[in-house]
Amino acid sequence: MPKDSGIGASSKRREDVRFLTGSGNYTDDINIFGQLHVHFLRADMAHAKLNGVDTAAAEAMPGVHRVFTGADFEAVGGIPCGWLITDRFGQPMQEPRHPVLAHGKIRHVGEPICAVVADTLAQARDAAEAIVLDYETLPAVIDMKAAVSDSSVKVHEELTSNLCYDWGFVEDNRDAVDAAIKGAAHVTTLELVNNRLVANPMEPRVAVGEYNRSDDMHTLHTTSQNPHVIRLLMGAFVLGIPEHKLRVVAPDVGGGFGTKIFHYAEEAFCTFAAKALNRPVKWTSTRSEAFMSDAHGRDHVTKIELALDADNNFVAVRTETYANMGAYLSTFASSVPTWLHGTLMAGNYKTPHVYVNVKAVFTNTVPVDAYRGAGRPEATYQLERVIDMAARELGVDPIALRRQNFITEFPYATPVAVEYDTGDYHATMDKLEEIADFAGFKARRAESERNGKLRGLGINCYIEACGIAPSNLVGQLGARAGLYDAATVRVNATGSISVMVGAHSHGQGHETSFPQVISEMIGIPEDQITIVHGDTSKIPFGMGTYGSRSLAVCGSAMVRAAEKVINKAKKIAAHLLEASDGDIELKDGRFSVAGTDKSVAWGDVTLAAYVPHNYPLTDIEPGLEETAFYDPANFTYPSGAYACEVELDPETGHVKIDRFSAADDFGNIINPMIVTGQVHGGIAQGIGQAMLEGCVYDADGQLLSASYMDYAMPRALDVPFYTVDHSCQTPCTHNPLGVKGCGEAGAIGSPPSVVNAVIDAIASGSGKAVAHIDMPLTPSRVWAAMQ
Amino acid sequence: MLRLMASMRFREDFHVRVSMTVNGRNVSGEVEGRTLLVEFLREGLHLTGTHVGCDTSQCGACTVHVDGMQVKACSMFAAEADGAQVATIEGVAANDGTLSAIQQAFQDHHGLQCGFCTPGMVMAAASLLKANPKPTEHEVREHLEGNICRCTGYHNIVKAIMAASGQEMPALAAE
Ligand code: FES
Ligand code: FES
Repeated sequence: MPKDSGIGASSKRREDVRFLTGSGNYTDDINIFGQLHVHFLRADMAHAKLNGVDTAAAEAMPGVHRVFTGADFEAVGGIPCGWLITDRFGQPMQEPRHPVLAHGKIRHVGEPICAVVADTLAQARDAAEAIVLDYETLPAVIDMKAAVSDSSVKVHEELTSNLCYDWGFVEDNRDAVDAAIKGAAHVTTLELVNNRLVANPMEPRVAVGEYNRSDDMHTLHTTSQNPHVIRLLMGAFVLGIPEHKLRVVAPDVGGGFGTKIFHYAEEAFCTFAAKALNRPVKWTSTRSEAFMSDAHGRDHVTKIELALDADNNFVAVRTETYANMGAYLSTFASSVPTWLHGTLMAGNYKTPHVYVNVKAVFTNTVPVDAYRGAGRPEATYQLERVIDMAARELGVDPIALRRQNFITEFPYATPVAVEYDTGDYHATMDKLEEIADFAGFKARRAESERNGKLRGLGINCYIEACGIAPSNLVGQLGARAGLYDAATVRVNATGSISVMVGAHSHGQGHETSFPQVISEMIGIPEDQITIVHGDTSKIPFGMGTYGSRSLAVCGSAMVRAAEKVINKAKKIAAHLLEASDGDIELKDGRFSVAGTDKSVAWGDVTLAAYVPHNYPLTDIEPGLEETAFYDPANFTYPSGAYACEVELDPETGHVKIDRFSAADDFGNIINPMIVTGQVHGGIAQGIGQAMLEGCVYDADGQLLSASYMDYAMPRALDVPFYTVDHSCQTPCTHNPLGVKGCGEAGAIGSPPSVVNAVIDAIASGSGKAVAHIDMPLTPSRVWAAMQ
Repeated sequence: MLRLMASMRFREDFHVRVSMTVNGRNVSGEVEGRTLLVEFLREGLHLTGTHVGCDTSQCGACTVHVDGMQVKACSMFAAEADGAQVATIEGVAANDGTLSAIQQAFQDHHGLQCGFCTPGMVMAAASLLKANPKPTEHEVREHLEGNICRCTGYHNIVKAIMAASGQEMPALAAE
C-alpha cells in the first residue's frame, strides 16, 4: 500500500494551486512604485577595442534618467569567480577581471556596454539607439584549439595566453596510465564534441533593485537559485555592501537548471543604479538577451582512450579535454570541467588507472558554466560512448562488457579521489532489462525493418556525485565558499511549524516534500508545516539549490534542527508528565511515557513552550525554535542504467525516439511522484542535447542560434512517454535521510544511450558502419554519416 | 480595423483607447499603438498569470483566448483586441477557488514543476479539449507544438490532458 502522507508518499504539490491559477509571484510580476526600467546596450560584435562611448544624445531623450557606462563601475569590483583551480604545474589559473559593463574592450556578442535607465522600457530602448560607440573591431577567436595556439589573438591582453589552466588529475597517475595504455591488449580511441547548450529555463532572468536612503538598505529581487550566494558575492566582492544592508529575494523562480546559480552583471547593475538614482530599477531579460547573456553549458572537445586487457577488463582511461570558458569566468565555471568532471571518470567501473587532462580556454563567446549535471554529463557521455565503441570493436555485448567491469564492493575508492559509499549497478541494470523489455527488442526491430526503417537499442550507465559538498574537501580543491546548508525549524505556539531553509525551490517542489519529512518525524499532518525559502532576510545562511543537493544537504540540516526541537520538546513533555525525559517517546504527534498510558499531545507541549506557566524555567528556555547547519561528510552517488530505442529512416536520416527507460538508484525517496517528474524533465533535456540542441557561433563570433527559431528546444512531439523506475535503492550511508538526490540524473544519464541507439540502428542496416556522430543528431548529420 | 492598426504599428507616440472584456470584466485603458496584448494584461491590468517566455512568439507561455480562439498574447497588439472577449488563466478556476477539470488534472498528475509554462499549457489544453474532447496522445502532443516546457519533459502534461478528457491512462500513472 503506498503511503498517503509522510516519507514515501506521493503527496500532491501544494505550490501547484498558485501556479495553476496564475497567482505565482515571479520576479517580473514585481513592480515597485516609482520604478525605472533599464535597457542594456549589448555588443553586436564579438571582439573590439572600445575607444569611447558618447551618451549625450541618449541622455537628452525623453524619459531618460541616466546612461551608465563602464567608467561608472571602475571603482567597484569585478564579477568574481568562486573557484580557484591550480594547474598541473602548481600555478593558479589565469583569472581576468570581469567588469559589470564593458570598459575599453568588448569580448563577446551580448556583453553589456551601456545601461540606459528611463521611465519606461520603450524610452530606454529608443534612447539606446542614440548612443554612439567609438570602437575598432578585432579578429575574434572562437575555436578552442586555435585559441591556445601561439599565434592567436588574446581575449585578455593582460593574460599570458588564452589558456585559463591546464589541469591534470591525478597528475601523479599520469605515468602509470601511460604505461597501462602502452601495455594494453586493446585500446579504443574516440574524439567527440560535447555540444554547447543554452539552459533556457522558461522564465528569463529578471532583476529589480531597490534602495532606501533612510536606513541605507538595499534590496535585490532576482531570479536566483541561491539568494544567499548572490548576497555574498555581490555584496562582498562587487559592490562592497555589508550583508546587514543587503537583502536578496528570489521569489517564485521559473526554472533554473544551473543558469540561475551565478551572479550576473545585471543584478549588480540594478542594485547599484537603485542607489545612484534613488529609485527602484527593473530589468527583464528578453529571450534574445538570454541567449547571449545567460551562461551557456557543456562545450567540451574531448579525446578519450579506453584500454582493455585480453579478457576485456578495463585497465586504463586517459582523456584530454578542451573546455570552453567563454570570454570571462562565470561563478563556478572553473570547477565544472575539473572537480565536477574529472572525479567521475571512473564511472561505474573498477578501472585501476585513470588520468584526466583538461585545458580551459578563453574565447570570444558568452561565459560557460554549470548546466544541469555540470561536468558529470560530459564525463558520462565520453565514458559510455567509448565503452560502447569498444564493445563494437571487440564484437562483445555492450551490457556484458559493462557488467564484467562493474564495481561491486562498497565503499569503493576510485583512482580519481572519490569514495562511492553505496550502489548496486547490477541491480539497476537488471531492472533496466526488465522495464525496457529487452526481450521484445528483436521483434520490434523486425517490425521496423518490415516498414523500411532501422531500429537501434542503446544503453548506458551513469554515476554522479551529488549532495554538493563537504566544505573542508572543496576548500582544499579551491572552492571559495563552504557548501553546507542550513534550516531553522520554528514551532509556533499551537504546534504548527515554519521551516526556513537555505535551499531554493524553482520547480523541485520543496514546499511539499520538505514538510513530508517533518510530518514523518513528529507525526503531525503535512499541512501543519510550511516552508519558507528565497529571502535572505527570513532564512538562515544556506547555499541554495544546485548539484542535486537540496534534500541531501539542506534536508539533512532540517532533520538535525527538527531533532533538536524534538529533544527539547521531550524535556518539556517530561516536565508536564512528571517523568524523566529519557522515558519520553514521540509517536503520531503525542508524547508518552514508555510503559504507561500517560501522554500529552504535541500541541500542548508547544503551547507550554510559549506560555511557560507550568514549565522548567530554571532548566530550559521558553520557546521552541532550532537552527542547524549541515556539512556533508561526502558526496552522494546516485547511479543508474538507461536505455533508448530509436527508429531511423535511412532515406532521410530522421530519428524518432520510440522508447526511453530509466532505472535509477536514488537511495531513499521522500516523494516518488516528484522524483519521477525530475527524471522525466532531465531525460527530455538529455534528448534535447542528443537530438536537437546546439549553440552555434560563426567564425567571427556571431551567435547564430540566438532565438527559438534557430535553437531547437524539445517539444511535446519530440519525446515519448518515459518508463522510469527507482525501486533499486541503496541508501546513502552518511546523511540522516539516506537520500542521494535526483535532479540531474536524467540529463546526465540520457545522451549516451540516445547516441548509442542511433549507432546501433545504423549498424543493423546494410550500409557502411558508423563509429560515431557528434550531437545533436540532426537528420542531416545522421544521413551524411551514413553515406 | 486591422489595416488601421497596421498603419499605427510603428507610431509609438500614438495612443489609443481600448476596451475589452477580460474574464467577464469590462476593462479599458490607454495604450500605445505598439503595446502588445500581453503587456496590456500584465502591466495595465496586473493580470500577471500570463507569462512572457520569448520574443519570437514560439514558447506559448503567453497563451490566452480571444473571442474563444487560442492566441499568443505576445503576437497581437492590445488595440487589435479592442472589443474582444479575452480569457486568461486568472479566470479559469471557479470563483470559490475550485480548480477546473484541467487544472485539477495538472495537479493530480504532476503536470507542472516551476509553473512558468503552466498558464499557457492550461489555456492551450482548454482550447484543444473544446474542439476535440477525446484527443489521442498524438493529437495532444501535436496541439502543444507551440508551447515549450523545460521542466516536465511533457510526459505528465500529456497525461494530465488525457486524464482531463476522461481518458485515464493507468499504465502511465505518475506514481
Ligand atoms: S511569449 Fe508569447 S510565445 Fe513566447
Ligand atoms: S513547468 Fe517549468 S517550464 Fe513547464
